[in-house]
Amino acid sequence: MLEIRFHGRGGQGTVVASKVLAVAVAKEGRYVQTFPEYGVERRGAPVVAFTRIDTEPIYIRSKIYEPDHLLVLDPTLIAAIDVTEGLKPGGWIIINTEKKAADFPQFKDFKVAIVDATSIALKHRIGSKAAPIVNSAILGAFAKITGFVGIDAVREAVHELSPVKKDENVKAAQEAYDVAKAPEEK
Amino acid sequence: MSEEIKWEKESDMPLMAMSLGRMTVNKTGSWRNLRPVIDKEKCNKCGICWKFCPDVSIEIDSEDYPVVILDFCKGCGICAVECPKDAIGMVKEA
Amino acid sequence: MQKVMMGNHALSWGALLSRAEVIAAYPITPQTEVVELLSNMCADGSLKAEFIKVESEHSAMAASMGASAAGARTFTATSAQGLALMHEVLHWATGARLPIVMGNINRAMAPPWTIWTEQTDSIAQRDTGWIQIYTSSIQEILDSVIQAYKVAEQIYIPAMIVLDSFVLSHTNENCEVPDQDKVDAYLPRFENAYKLDTEKPAAFGGLTGPDWYYELRYKIERDIQKALPLFEETGKEFEEMFGRYYGLIETYKLDDADVVLVTSASIASTARPVIDQMRSEGHKVGLIRIRVFRPFPSELLRKLLSGRKKVLVVDRNISFGMSGAFYAEVKAALYNVKGRPPMWGYIAGLGGRDVPMDVIKGMIEQTMKEDHPTQDIIWIGVKR
Repeated sequence: MLEIRFHGRGGQGTVVASKVLAVAVAKEGRYVQTFPEYGVERRGAPVVAFTRIDTEPIYIRSKIYEPDHLLVLDPTLIAAIDVTEGLKPGGWIIINTEKKAADFPQFKDFKVAIVDATSIALKHRIGSKAAPIVNSAILGAFAKITGFVGIDAVREAVHELSPVKKDENVKAAQEAYDVAKAPEEK
Repeated sequence: MSEEIKWEKESDMPLMAMSLGRMTVNKTGSWRNLRPVIDKEKCNKCGICWKFCPDVSIEIDSEDYPVVILDFCKGCGICAVECPKDAIGMVKEA
Repeated sequence: MQKVMMGNHALSWGALLSRAEVIAAYPITPQTEVVELLSNMCADGSLKAEFIKVESEHSAMAASMGASAAGARTFTATSAQGLALMHEVLHWATGARLPIVMGNINRAMAPPWTIWTEQTDSIAQRDTGWIQIYTSSIQEILDSVIQAYKVAEQIYIPAMIVLDSFVLSHTNENCEVPDQDKVDAYLPRFENAYKLDTEKPAAFGGLTGPDWYYELRYKIERDIQKALPLFEETGKEFEEMFGRYYGLIETYKLDDADVVLVTSASIASTARPVIDQMRSEGHKVGLIRIRVFRPFPSELLRKLLSGRKKVLVVDRNISFGMSGAFYAEVKAALYNVKGRPPMWGYIAGLGGRDVPMDVIKGMIEQTMKEDHPTQDIIWIGVKR
């Protein structure tokens, strides 16, 4: 079983991202369970969401304390909170940022991959200039970097769950998939 | 008029409190100790007493006069109070 | 059709497939999505139901009763404070013998204000005469709505399907949405033999003295007991039609278990991998998940728990001044059994406190270590 944690700020589509991943994985015939950190929500506040993936039915229903991998949709969270809390050593941290993976030495115990999802989202005009929605892009990158889910399933899930701009979101996921790569040294 | 429904045992009863008969078995006229008497001389056939009776115990006859249904009239006296012509008096039952 | 959906939406889909005809509900976190989706389904025509916006949960149940009495298949949903507000009308629905089906999202009672899960809200209604089904997966939630109507309408007893706040209500997982044709074959139209009918006038719920009220109560108890075999029967029919069985309880690795964990809802789900882990360590442990809490499956529990070495019950609820409710009732069911096992009663997870695998394991291990319990309530994880 894989346990994946998503970090973002309210309004960026973090919770939707966790659901899109679940829907994509389910389309590939696996079992999924996805839920947000339960609490009161407001725009801009840190948001955490979780997705469990398995080839067997998932019975465990407690919170996820030691995720296998992370997706960080908003890089400003890295300074604000300890995104790696509980993260298993050697896990992937996929960060939406313009920086390079080497710019995150604090994550040396983990595998860092970056994707400039913000630029991709802005290019496809998803969300607003001030608040671009990066979830489709970061999921495309996730598919490429980790190989845990196929890009076709991600595209289908993105299309299904995007409330507006379905085609743009799918393109963003594909573009992020095409450009993403992990740093060679990791 | 209908008959009073009597049960002997649980299996005679409907599934819930559901009375299948009509309440006309319950002759509430026996509760009365004052009876309304209508003075036809004074009555103007306005029908106000018929409208106000809370127990639907006043009928209108073929000449448009009100008639008290003594089987059910409880003697509350509302008709007497509401009559604009003071045509209704309440008299003691024997 | 395979979907990934949240527990709340599973209730809505269950109501849609059951062809609910009247929906009267009032919003409350964490139930809101149930009613939002039902409202959308009515608006787009996929659900041909009358949607009544009421101003409180008390009215929601009152309106539901009117609809059910008129012969409509009726559905509503609520949680915690809302369920409590409906309390007197819950009694009424049972006494009036109206097979309403309701989803209740188990949320802890305020104060303090909370939105997280606890079963005390529905436990506090266990005396109202409603059937209570405690679910532990999204699929079960959807399927239980359909089964609940089938049972409720045969015995004229209302039913509530309860699910943990957020842990089930707002968790998305794989769910098969059954075909409407198959549901129609499984669940016939509702025919209320006692419905309001101007052709057959009757007066309902009138003053009934001590000479006949007693018999009407006897009828309710006699009929709610029929749900025990009916759940098994309708569960088998469901399995034949849809490939999934739902009965009164669910067991896991119970056969040769010396120590049995009895619990419900999402804790029972997380307990499964704990049982697996402890079995691989050589412990003979097993699990009973109580699904139908009302009517209480006493006979079945007597059969399955007699002869065990130890039993522990985990409650995510509390009846203040006594103990957890499942613990009290399991104990009561076993009382007259000769050689009954000692039973431990744990309280965990109130107010949405998470109950992970190691906490469940800790409770089983504590029971295994002790010869007999020394308290009626064992509080787990109180920060002292």
